[in-house]
Order: sequence, then structure tokens, then C-alpha cells
Amino acid sequence: MGSRASTLLRDEEIEEIKKETGFSHSQITRLYSRFTSLDKGENGTLSREDFQRIPELAINPLGDRIINAFFPEGEDQVNFRGFMRTLAHFRPIEDNEKSKNAAVSEPLNSRTNKLMFAFRLYDLDRDDKISRDELLQVLRMMVGVNISDDQLGSIADRTIQEADTNGDNSISFNEFIKVLEKVDVEQKMSIRFLH
Amino acid sequence: MGTERGGFSVLLLIVLCCCFGGKCELQDSKPSAQTEVPTGVELFPNELDEAQAFPDEEKAHLPVFTMDYARIQVPFEFTLWVLLASFAKIGFHIYHKITIWIPESCLLISVGLVVGAIMHAVKEEPPAVLNSDVFFLFMLPLIVLDNGYFMPTRPFFENIGTVLWYAVVGTLWNSIGIGMSLFAICQFEVFGVQDINLQENLLFASIISTVDPVAALNVFEDIGVNEQTYIVIFGEGLFNDAVTVVLYNMFTYLAALPVVEPTDVFVGTARFFLVALGGVLFGLLFGFVAAFTTRFTHNVRQIEPLFVFMYSYLAYLVAECFAISSVMALLTCAITMKYYVEENVSQRSCTTIRHVVKMLATISETLIFFFLGVVTITTEHEWNWAYILFTLLFAFLWRGIGILVLTQIINPFRTISLNFKDQFGLAYGGLRGAICFALVFTLPDNINRKNLFVTASVAVIIFTVFIQGISIRPIVEYMNIRKTNKDVNNINVEVHTRMMEHVLSGIEDLCGQWSHYYWKDKFKKFNDHVLRRILIRDNRAESSIVALYKKLELQVAIGLLDGPMGDLSAAPSIVSLHDERKEATRPKKKFLAADVRKMQDILSKNMYKIRQKTMNYTNKYNLPDDSRTREILIRRHASIRHSLRAESFRELPSQNIPKSQRYYSLQPGRDLETAFALRRRSHGGSGDVEHLSNLTPRSSSRSHVPMRRLNTIKETGNTATSSQPHSPPPGVDALDRGPGSLEGSSPQGRKVLVPAPKRRLLDQVDSGEEDPADSEPVQPPHLPPPGGWAPENQDPRANETLLRDPSQWSRASGRP
Repeated sequence: MGSRASTLLRDEEIEEIKKETGFSHSQITRLYSRFTSLDKGENGTLSREDFQRIPELAINPLGDRIINAFFPEGEDQVNFRGFMRTLAHFRPIEDNEKSKNAAVSEPLNSRTNKLMFAFRLYDLDRDDKISRDELLQVLRMMVGVNISDDQLGSIADRTIQEADTNGDNSISFNEFIKVLEKVDVEQKMSIRFLH
Repeated sequence: MGTERGGFSVLLLIVLCCCFGGKCELQDSKPSAQTEVPTGVELFPNELDEAQAFPDEEKAHLPVFTMDYARIQVPFEFTLWVLLASFAKIGFHIYHKITIWIPESCLLISVGLVVGAIMHAVKEEPPAVLNSDVFFLFMLPLIVLDNGYFMPTRPFFENIGTVLWYAVVGTLWNSIGIGMSLFAICQFEVFGVQDINLQENLLFASIISTVDPVAALNVFEDIGVNEQTYIVIFGEGLFNDAVTVVLYNMFTYLAALPVVEPTDVFVGTARFFLVALGGVLFGLLFGFVAAFTTRFTHNVRQIEPLFVFMYSYLAYLVAECFAISSVMALLTCAITMKYYVEENVSQRSCTTIRHVVKMLATISETLIFFFLGVVTITTEHEWNWAYILFTLLFAFLWRGIGILVLTQIINPFRTISLNFKDQFGLAYGGLRGAICFALVFTLPDNINRKNLFVTASVAVIIFTVFIQGISIRPIVEYMNIRKTNKDVNNINVEVHTRMMEHVLSGIEDLCGQWSHYYWKDKFKKFNDHVLRRILIRDNRAESSIVALYKKLELQVAIGLLDGPMGDLSAAPSIVSLHDERKEATRPKKKFLAADVRKMQDILSKNMYKIRQKTMNYTNKYNLPDDSRTREILIRRHASIRHSLRAESFRELPSQNIPKSQRYYSLQPGRDLETAFALRRRSHGGSGDVEHLSNLTPRSSSRSHVPMRRLNTIKETGNTATSSQPHSPPPGVDALDRGPGSLEGSSPQGRKVLVPAPKRRLLDQVDSGEEDPADSEPVQPPHLPPPGGWAPENQDPRANETLLRDPSQWSRASGRP
């Protein structure tokens, strides 16, 4: 499996992905073998079904949304580049990267981009605002059946109240960033990819 | 509550009275029987009634009322004991809070102590049933079977190195360390235990080092321990039983020898490995045979559970016969067998097996603890302050040091290292359990200080179970609380961080971080091509599509009604679409700090914990809890079905759901209630078949599409109820493409969810048919020719696995 994977992935491609996402060579190869093992149709792209075949993802409360985050707007297939691009959000921020601030266009795994990923999970209609309804949706997905909807509604209201500074009864991206400023997002949204 | 408790205590008293009454009766009748019989024998050689010897002078007449207690004595007393212990268990759970703070073993021992005190007061002896044979041949296998059967295989195999490391090396370390230290202590004359030689010390030490960390696991479940750590603790507890039994046998044998030579040590080590590996081989053999047998049992469903038990027991006994590690044999047999057997047997047999395994194991363990309590009071003890205190000290010390050292060595090899909290949990959570007591109680009598050993073990067990068991929770909570700083005013943080954690664990699962691909894939290929073909019954789908889909619905419906979810149909009214519109006019509520705290409380109790933080399969006394999985899956399934109905799309006010959003299990503006309202409608009695055929052509074709995806449609030939229209609904347009793929994806996702994750990739290895189907969701009935739909290996699994409770899979994968 390992040898087959590397012959299908050309070195130039690996280089490009490396530049774009910042993963190391071995990480890319490893993730490629994961990609191919998920890709049942062996056509070089993953569909939603392929993702849904992962059992753990199916019982993840936010499973559907996570899967959807991989697919660009309106598309049903994702190729390896797209796959890696999404996963790049979860790469840990290394120390030497923190220094090069505006040198390059912001790397995919910067704090802002991580937060943007999270924000997009709420904001389905892409209007750059988390409305009360959207928040309630996610809350409902994350919570068991023992909370009544009044309670959940109050929680959603309170959440918006805390974050909302401009009074539009929804959370914009900047408000989102602000409210999470004390949270160690870098650590919460990072996976230690094995080398 | 009050009447419950009252009734319960009255019942308990009655049972106790029967118990003692019976005994007294026996004691009275014994002497009379003995004096009667000799004369009876001389005069009436034919009449051998013991208790009721006929007097020879009188005319024999038919007695109206006789009582022959001696005949039923043994089974009767056994039953009473078990009943008494079970009542005790009922009693504990009447008041929930008790079991949170006090481990169940504590409670059982306490009840045993009470009963023992009563017996001592009336000068009774406990029934002498716990001897070596009874324990090793009857009680131990049950406990081990339970451990093996409910072991979560995937996390276990991912951590197998660490588990074995701690179990084997750790136990050896503990035994030898404690043994040596105690031997050193014995050299001091002042303590008066010089006559215990090295072998006996080692023997005792090996008994003492068995740990049973289950009580600790319950605590960790609440405070959140890494999944990996969890499985290490669990697996260690399991395997060190095996190691201890091997060591025990070895040392018992050595203790009988007058002199121990160095060669014996080497032979001992070699024997150790031989024994362990032999056990594994035996287990595998019996496991495969059992799996193979269940392939043919589809006509004798009632006795299917029997095979599981008989084969495991056989494995155990045969291994005992050859003096190989029977515990390992049984464990391996259970693990191997479960995977294949659960695919072959019917749903009911599956449930039966699981329940019976749990039941038997609980009886066994309960009895042992109970007995411990009784024996503590009634046996004659030999108390030696020095020996016992040093035993306690060394047990604690060596375990702590052992864990530290072992962790340092193994951490570099692990992907997730064990941090201090984990190590503390491992060390402090090392309570001694039932096996420890049983082993020491059944020591051969030629060990001259047996009573001392018994006393010492009892002391260690009671100390660890009570003191460590009760204190572990406060200590761990304290350690945990110190680390988290709750920001009182920020609910946002809680909600969003939990969301991020879920996302992270989802992505980790997606990346398949923790599996070692090469071996896993190799095994999967082997499994798929060889093992599954031999061991799993190839069942052509005989039932029709509709019946199958109905079964699935029934399945989920049962699940709905069974658990706490049964109340969901009566869920409070959910914020409907209309309320959303009123939102703008809703006055801003003022939230007090108290409200906020309450909210935080509610959230922290009710938000689903992320995968890594909940382990529901490790609660030894209950079956694995899968209510959360069911909730999530039911939600998805419900909304899938909901979205299939043609009406649903017309019902919605001109809401143009963008295509991307149709894939969400809970779509914007949709609410749970309508989802369930529709389901409720469809569950009206046996309305499924009629319901489906009554649907409008458009919706019926759509609702049949998921069945295609379910691969049950492969049998195009024998669908008697193919009332499905075969012409594509006229108005199918791009809008319907959404649900097409949605149904395509989710139910399929649901189908393949059900098999254990190990099999996950197998599902799709032989099927290319999925793909042509994928590309044409719009026109389901016109799918590729029957050739593409030929029944294939996947079907039986699809059919059978549909019937599986999602919990089984989730348990297998270790998900809550």
C-alpha cells in the first residue's frame, strides 16, 4: 500500500502541497495513503459517502458539518489537494512560523484561519454572521435530549448577548474572534500529525 | 422510596431467617439421623430414610407432612446466597448517589461483613463452598469471559503493546519486588515471621499484585481521561489476571519444592512464555471453531447462545487440562469469537449472550466479595502487625514506583504519552479485587502460614477497596479542578470550545491517526478473503426490500422506545419556524449571574462529551451504554426519512435550501419535532408496508432509493412487493438531486456504520456497484442492469448488520 501510494503521487505534486499547506513529505505521503484507503471508487476523489463510511465520524455530533467543510461550495467531490487544504487548518502552529507574520500570505493553519474554519461550521449560509437559529442548530446537535428547548433558547440568547457588540443579534466573525481571544485555539484546533 | 426501602429490608430479614432457620434445622436433624440409622440398618436393611426413620414398633403410616432439608441443602443455600447478594445490589441502586461515591465492591463487602457478623453472633459457619476447584472451574471463567467479551477490540489492539507491557512486566515487577521486600522483612526475628521462606513470600506477593481497577475507571469517566489511558487501565486489569494465575500456579509448585535452584528460575521463565502463548493459540483455535459452528445454526436459533458459552468453557477447561494459561485461552477465544459470531447469530441471540455473560459474571464476582465479607468475621485470623503493615506499604510503594518506571520506559514508544494524571490514576486506582481474595483463600493447606496470608490479603483488599476506592474520586476531582479555571461569565467559551473539540476529534478520526496501517490492512485483506468467507454464513437475502426496511424502522423504533429516548416523542415543543420570525421583536432578556451559572451547569452536564472523554464500556456492572450514539443516529435517520417525503419539500415555505445545506442532519429551519412527527406517523402499527405503497409515486420512489443504497435491493428477482414504480417521477429536477445524494449517502452511511470499524473498509472492497449508483441518483429505477445488482457477499452482511443494534457496533468500536 505504501509503495503504491507514492508512485501515484508525483513529486511535483507533493512539493506543491508542501508549499501550500506546510506539511512535511512523510506526512503528505501518509495522508495520501489514508486518502486512497478512503477512496473506494479509486477515482482520485472522495465523495460524501466515502466520508460517511467512517463510523466514528457518523456518531460525531457535528459529523455532517465536518464532512461538508471539505467540499467547496456546490461540489460533491474533493480531490487530494482539497483534502489536504482542509486538513492544513489543523496543523499545529510551529514556533518558527509565528515569526514570519506578514511575509507570506497567511498560512492555512494560522489562528485566524482556524477560527474561520470553526466559524464556517456554524455559518451555513455564508453570510458571515452566526444567527440565533444557526447557533441553536449547533447547540441542539451537541446536546442530549434532556435540555428543553426553552433552556436551549436561553443559552443561545445568552451566547449571542455575550458576543454581540454591534447589536445585530448575531455574531460576526470579528465578534467571534474577540470572544475567543483568551482561548488557546492553536492547541484546541491542532492535531499532532505523525511524522 | 421509603416503602421501597422498608419492603426491601423486610425481604432481606426474611431471607436471612430462612437461611439460618434452615441451618438450625439441619443441625438438629443430623444427630437424630445419625443415631437412628444404625439401628434402622440392623433391623430394616431396606429402609434407609435418614431423617425420618420409621420406628419399628408402630404401624407404618403415610406421613402427612414431611421435610427433607438435607436433600436440597446445597442448592438451596447457594440460591439463597445469590439472592441475598442480589438484594444487596438492588438496595444500593435505590439511592443513586451512593454508587457514585462508593464503589460497588465496597458495598458488597460491607453487606458481607454485616451478614458475617450476624452469623458469628449466632455461632454459625459460612458454607464451605469456596474451595479451589469451585473457584477455578466455575467462578473465574465467568469473570474472565465477561472481561473478554466486552473488551473493545479496536482501541485494545492499538494499545496492545502498552497493555501487555504494564500487565506482564508490571505484575512481575510488583510480585518480585513485594516478595523480595517481604522476605527481607521476614529475616528480622523481632517480627516473628521467620518461617516464611522465599517461595511462599513470592507466592503471596504474586497474589497481592493483582489489581482490579474497574472502580477507578468509573471515576475517570467523569473527569475525563484520555481514551488511550483508559484502555491501558482496562487492559492491564484484564491481563494481569492471566499473569497472576500463571505466576500463582508456578509459585505454588515451587513452594512445594524444598529447594529452589537457579535452573528452576530459567525453566520458570520459559514456562511462563510457553504457557501464555499456548493459551493464546488454544483460544484462537476454539474461537474459530465456534465461529464456524455458528455459521450453521440458523435453524436452531434458540441454542445459539449456548455455543458461545460452551466453546469458551471448553477452551478454558482444555487449557486447564494441559496446565496452559486458561485465562489467556478464554480471553482470546472470547475476543475472536465475538467478532464472527455476532454476525452469524440472530439479533436476539446476540442480546441474550450479552445479557447472560454479564449476569453470570456479576453473580460470580458478587459472591466472591460477599464471601469475603463473611469470611472476614468468621474465620480464625492470624494477625501479625508487622507483616500486614509492611505488606500494605510495599504493595502501595512498589505499584507506584513500578508505574513511574514503566511509564518512563514506554512513553517514547507511544503516540500519546501518559501524563502525570494518568499515571496517578493507574497507580492509585490499583484496587485489589475478588480474584486476589479467591486465590489466597484457595491456597493449598500445606502452606504453613496460610491464615496469616489470608488475613493479610483481606486487610489489603479492605484497605484498598474502602480507603483508596472512596478517596480516589475526591482526589482526582481536586486535581482536575485545580487545572481548569472557570470563567464565570463566558458561555461562549464553553460552547465554542466544546464545538472545537468535537471537530478535532472528528478530524482525527478522519485521518485515522492512531492506526498502524500496514498490519491493519494486511489483516483486513486476510480477514476479508479468507476468514470471513469461511466463518460467516453466506445468507442470500430472502426477505423483500420492504420487509427489510421495515425491520430497520422497527429496530430504530424499538431503540427509541426502549431507552430514555422514549420520551422524545413527547418532547416539549421545539422552537418552530414561526418563532424565528418573532425573534426580532423579542425583548432582550437580562441574564443574571446566577442564570449564567445555571446555564453553564446545564451545558456541562448535557453536552455530549467528545469521544476521547467518555468510556461507557468499562463499567463492569452494566451493559455498555449507547444511548448517546442512538440519539445521534436516530436524529440523523429521522431527518433523512423526513427529507425523503415529498410533502416535506412542499411544506416548507419558499425556503430555498442551498444544495450544500441539504446534507445536514438537522437542516436549517427544520426542527426535531416535525422530523419525529413524521416518524410517528409512519410507525402507526404495522403501517409501514401500506404506508410505503400509499405514497405518491414521487415520494415512494424517493423513499425506495435509500433501500437501494442499502444494498438490499440486490435481489431484484424476488421482490414480490415491487409496487415501486419504475418510471422516474416526472418533476425530478435539480432540487431533487440533493435528497438523492442525501439518501444515497446517509442511509448507506448508516448501513456501513453498523459493522465494526474493522470491517468498515471491507464493505466496499468488493463493491464497485456503489459508484454507478452514485452517479445517477436522479433516476434510481433505471439503474444499471441486474448484473450490477447481483447479490454478492456484501448482502448478507448488509441484511444482518442492518438488524444489529447500532449499539453493538458502537460498543465494538468503543464509542459511547
